[in-house]
Amino acid sequence: MAVRRLHPEQPASFQFSAENLAWADKLTAKYPPGQQASAVIPLLWRAQEQHDGWLPEPAIRLVAEMLDMAYIRVYEVATFYTMFQLAPVGKIAHVQVCGTTPCMLRGAEDLIAVCKRKIAKSPHELSGDGNFSWEEVECLGSCANAPMVQIWKDTYEDLTPASFEKLLNGFAAGNPPPPGSQAGRQASCPAGGPTSLYEYSTTRTAQAGAAKSGAKGAPVVMPAAASGGAAGLAGVVAEIANPGETVADGHRPQGLDGPRGGTADDLKRISGVGPKLERTLNELGIYHFDQIAAWTPEAVAWVDDYLSFKGRIGREGWIAQAKALAAEKKA
Amino acid sequence: MLADENRIFKNLYGFQDWGLQGARARGAWDQTKTFIDKGHDWIIDQVKASGLRGRGGAGFPTGLKWSFMPKNDSRPSYLVINADESEPGSCKDREICRHDPHLLIEGALIASFAMRAHTCYVYFRGEYIRERERFQAAVDQAYEAKLIGKDNVHGWDFDLYVHHGAGAYICGEETALLESLEGKKGQPRLKPPFPAGCGLYGAPTTVNNVESIAVVPDILRRGATWFSSLGKPNNTGTKLFQISGHVEKPCVVEEEMGIPLRELLDKHAGGVRGGWDNLKAVIPGGSSVPCIPARACDDLTMDFDALSAQKSGLGTAAVIVMDKSTDIIKAIARISYFYKHESCGQCTPCREGTGWMWRVMERLVKGEADKSEIDMLWDVTKQVEGHTICALGDAAAWPIQGLIRHYRHEIEARIDAREAAARTAAE
Repeated sequence: MAVRRLHPEQPASFQFSAENLAWADKLTAKYPPGQQASAVIPLLWRAQEQHDGWLPEPAIRLVAEMLDMAYIRVYEVATFYTMFQLAPVGKIAHVQVCGTTPCMLRGAEDLIAVCKRKIAKSPHELSGDGNFSWEEVECLGSCANAPMVQIWKDTYEDLTPASFEKLLNGFAAGNPPPPGSQAGRQASCPAGGPTSLYEYSTTRTAQAGAAKSGAKGAPVVMPAAASGGAAGLAGVVAEIANPGETVADGHRPQGLDGPRGGTADDLKRISGVGPKLERTLNELGIYHFDQIAAWTPEAVAWVDDYLSFKGRIGREGWIAQAKALAAEKKA
Repeated sequence: MLADENRIFKNLYGFQDWGLQGARARGAWDQTKTFIDKGHDWIIDQVKASGLRGRGGAGFPTGLKWSFMPKNDSRPSYLVINADESEPGSCKDREICRHDPHLLIEGALIASFAMRAHTCYVYFRGEYIRERERFQAAVDQAYEAKLIGKDNVHGWDFDLYVHHGAGAYICGEETALLESLEGKKGQPRLKPPFPAGCGLYGAPTTVNNVESIAVVPDILRRGATWFSSLGKPNNTGTKLFQISGHVEKPCVVEEEMGIPLRELLDKHAGGVRGGWDNLKAVIPGGSSVPCIPARACDDLTMDFDALSAQKSGLGTAAVIVMDKSTDIIKAIARISYFYKHESCGQCTPCREGTGWMWRVMERLVKGEADKSEIDMLWDVTKQVEGHTICALGDAAAWPIQGLIRHYRHEIEARIDAREAAARTAAE
């Protein structure tokens, strides 16, 4: 059991927004008449979301009133369930690091060390500027993508201390990377490409809500398979071998046979590029910052399409980053 | 290896459209009305004949569980789907809910009809927020297409509601889940009465795991004999395996029940980090089952019966792999902390015992203990095990028992090393 108490400093009152009140009315209709208490967890959760990520005492009172429950019953629920934050959390990000054995085996302790160094020494302590806080939580159910963290609604998976720092920097700069695997793999598919379901491992149908850029209806090669390695991928590999069949090849950025002077730039310094993507870029003959800096919009579109990134290169500002890094290298 | 055409979860990794159109293209919502027209008992008989055993951990035969529901009762009946996936190592229901949600919705309709329920609640763990949003979007699609809801095309009024918790492992226990769904602390109920007699809101209720429900439509479409021909006798069908820890490529994958562990790891997870000989131990079914040392892994098959013969269990088929670099005492101590954190506090042996066991484990990690305390710890695990309302006490005891059973020499060696270091320091 965890001992959890309310924060000593509480706001004087709490009111749901009009929008949330309308939502609450619909919520209780899910449950039979007289069983409105069932709505207590969703309602407390909504209060927490509205109140900067932590649950104040007046909200507990309000929810008890709304659901016609005894105050102590709602108080019990608020203190029993550990997702209810009973004290203020970081405004920009409250980082929940999974520390349970499957994540621990793959380096969760290193992520916690980053939290202690970059955010605050102790869990639930606010960073100096009040923007960040962290805690170690129990298994978050993303064990095949360990180690991982959850920030608000999203999970960031397959982390290393370096990519985790990049993630925190991204949040601080108001530009967090897209959620999911930070090593560039698709959900819990094995790294390097699937070992089953080959026929179903290309995006054939436009995903609802995600079809704004990229796919254009053509079958797009999945990014993970592009770095190859897995045997028996005949179908997928054939598509990769002839990328011209799936995306217009004319705009493919010119690659080198090898790094100039035998030493490649550390492309991982570009926020958004991990070891895996770096390998993929190398396979395309891209070894240097200045090469990326020189990409035309068409070339960006080609690479984006090739990696089925749906506009990530633009969102993450690779070109600007590469320009800065190339300039830094010259100087 | 299982052929792709025998796989049920074709969009496991989410490469394709999760929505209704994509799900239909992969075969979902096909012939659903035909099955419903064949009647309640036909469906239950098919599920019984398929040999499906519950995928949430305990492995109770699903068809048999359904047959416990009353046939003539004035109270409403409920199906509650347990999507409170929290067992460390487990991450399969997440993939079903976000990538193949329509299989679960279709299964929920069929199962509810079989048990004469008009209402189904799906209880998500609180942390699965995006998964819940995605699933809700799929439910909305199904309502809109009149596949579910009042006066739907299948002729069985059926409402499906998405509910969620807020971070309590114990709510994966079926009666704690019901308590939570009723708006209380998630503290398990005594059984009997069993949920089939007195469950949600005091009405007949069946609680099933996500995967158990989501495989049902395909069992009916392809026939019970198709499912029972896969796997091994009494351990039939396919299963989502979740491979985490020290493998080259951790992943979730659908395979045949009874697949050899080594084949599973080599074919799908790129093998054990550093090679098969670098394996130290596996926890084959989520954190609550005892670990199995490498020497017993060579011919190990992944099914309920083979793993219980090894004094372990298939659980949720969440395979946690540990290579020789692992401090296994520490790995198990972390699991002890998990159970200490997640004990609901209702039963004294568990509330006090989980904290006690964790504190001793922390000392064993450092070797700060007397060897006689290993026996004392064993004794305490036996006093917790079987003396609590729910199985959390057992789940906290078993990993420690597995550790002592197989790695007592390591614990003793660490105590010796600590004592030797202390002696040297004193001299």
